[in-house]
Amino acid sequence: MKRMGFLSWALWFGYAFLYVPIVLLIVYSFNESRLVTVWGGFSTKWYAELLHNDQLLSAAWLSLEVAAMSATVAVVLGTIAGLALARFGRFRGRTLFGGMITAPLVMPDVITGLSLLLLFVALEQLIGWPDGRGVTTITIAHTTFTMAYVAVIIQSRLVSLDESLEEAAMDLGARPAKVFFVITLPIIAPAIVSGWLLAFTLSLDDVVVASFVSGPGSTTLPMVIFSSVKFGISPQINALATLMVTVVSVGIFIASLIINRQERQKQRDEQMAVQGG
Amino acid sequence: MINRLRRIGLWGRGAVLAVPFLWLLLFFLVPFLIVFGISLSESVIAQPPYAPLVQWLVDEDAGTTKLQLLLNLSNYLRLGGDDLYVLAYLNSVKIALITTVFCLLIGYPMAYAIARAEPAKRGPLMMLVVLPFWTSFLIRIYAWIGILKANGVIDNLLRWTGLTTEPFELLYSDWAVYIGMTYCYLPFMVLPLYATLEKMDPTLLEAAADLGCRPWKAFLTVTLPLSLPGIIAGSLLVFIPSVGEFVTPELLGGPDTLMIGRVLWNEFFANRDWPVASAVAIALLLFLVVPIMIFQHVQGREAEAGR
Repeated sequence: MKRMGFLSWALWFGYAFLYVPIVLLIVYSFNESRLVTVWGGFSTKWYAELLHNDQLLSAAWLSLEVAAMSATVAVVLGTIAGLALARFGRFRGRTLFGGMITAPLVMPDVITGLSLLLLFVALEQLIGWPDGRGVTTITIAHTTFTMAYVAVIIQSRLVSLDESLEEAAMDLGARPAKVFFVITLPIIAPAIVSGWLLAFTLSLDDVVVASFVSGPGSTTLPMVIFSSVKFGISPQINALATLMVTVVSVGIFIASLIINRQERQKQRDEQMAVQGG
Repeated sequence: MINRLRRIGLWGRGAVLAVPFLWLLLFFLVPFLIVFGISLSESVIAQPPYAPLVQWLVDEDAGTTKLQLLLNLSNYLRLGGDDLYVLAYLNSVKIALITTVFCLLIGYPMAYAIARAEPAKRGPLMMLVVLPFWTSFLIRIYAWIGILKANGVIDNLLRWTGLTTEPFELLYSDWAVYIGMTYCYLPFMVLPLYATLEKMDPTLLEAAADLGCRPWKAFLTVTLPLSLPGIIAGSLLVFIPSVGEFVTPELLGGPDTLMIGRVLWNEFFANRDWPVASAVAIALLLFLVVPIMIFQHVQGREAEAGR
């Protein structure tokens, strides 16, 4: 019993550590006072000010655009990569390929950012592309490091999946492409959705890589937040943070509800099939 | 016929695989080679600010052209010779190690408690751990500024309870960096730990108890060794990116919180010395190669074990 006591304390401490800062952030976003941590009464004026901050709004649009594009490309590339790692067995260059998939997961941002910038500069000198830096270069950079996360998610989903369905379809004469689109893709669809969401958030979150590969006129939202936070805290950032946290939490909550329901439905179907057969 | 189909299948597989493969080669591997090349170059005031490594020398008198390759080791010598860089590397490793230990101390009991909870509760409990990871990293660091600064939440709390009368500021110190980094990397520790602890067979602990083993001894001799892969994976997942961390020390640390990510950033953006920045990156990469390879080994084995 004493052990259980310690464990629940540890669990509660952990959750408090994770959530108290976020809760405080939200509470202070409704603070009337400009001094963020001195309570001056309830107010929503910072939200109103936020809506008139054009620099911030255009940066937010740019970030959403980059995140949507890079997540979409990353999902396509990452799904292929995950499929290759889980299903293609041994192929030439597999070790290198696996290494290039896992290394970006832990690579410090400053190295990724610097190396991609130097590549873009060298390419521009060599072939004239990319012409300057901006949305395209940020999107490519984000695709590169987020596709690794997608690949790992897809790979782990496929590895835990029974191959017999795909083999059965193959035995019945389906071409590999057809097997993929008719059998594999629907099964791994939830993993693809969570991969897209993860890639989207990671892109929306990145400040270091974007700072390296962005050009004049392409300032992303995290870059704006970063520079304003460096000059001190402001209630507007609290309001923005609250909006972001709310949107993300609601999105994740809905996504997990849908995925959970599908899983349960699938389990029920499988049980029915077993009982029926 | 079957052979032909097989060959088409293999060819198709290769074509499909080539897309991500070439992407990663071009945008992940080749950039490192370029960074390495530029780290051997000389800094010049030009656009871009480094001297080309390879140059055509035209000798008018002899009428010949020679290809000249200029390699310049001075950037690396500067790294080794200047205390600033050596101290920054050592300090980064120290901060990353302390962060890893803190994550382990907070994350292990959490992962253990969740793995021992009722199966129906595990999913929601894990989701609560992962959820903050989905909200912006910057925002989470920002949240701590309001808590740690003078006249912030902790300061006001301490003064309200009468524990201190002086302003108490944790912000802009190494401690603020430890707290912020532990906060941000905690989910990376809990996830792999939970994955190994959840797979563990609880009857092993029952057997130990039946044989008269005390709970803490059973934990040390059974649970802890079995969860070692999770500990290693989680620690590397926290340690490796921590060494090169930039945002947290920049926002929460003091001006004397020296970390290599900050040094690289300043060399690049403030001094515009691309060759030295590249040398800093290569040195950091060389230092991280061994941990990254161990991580890949663990990750690969984990993927195989899922079969």
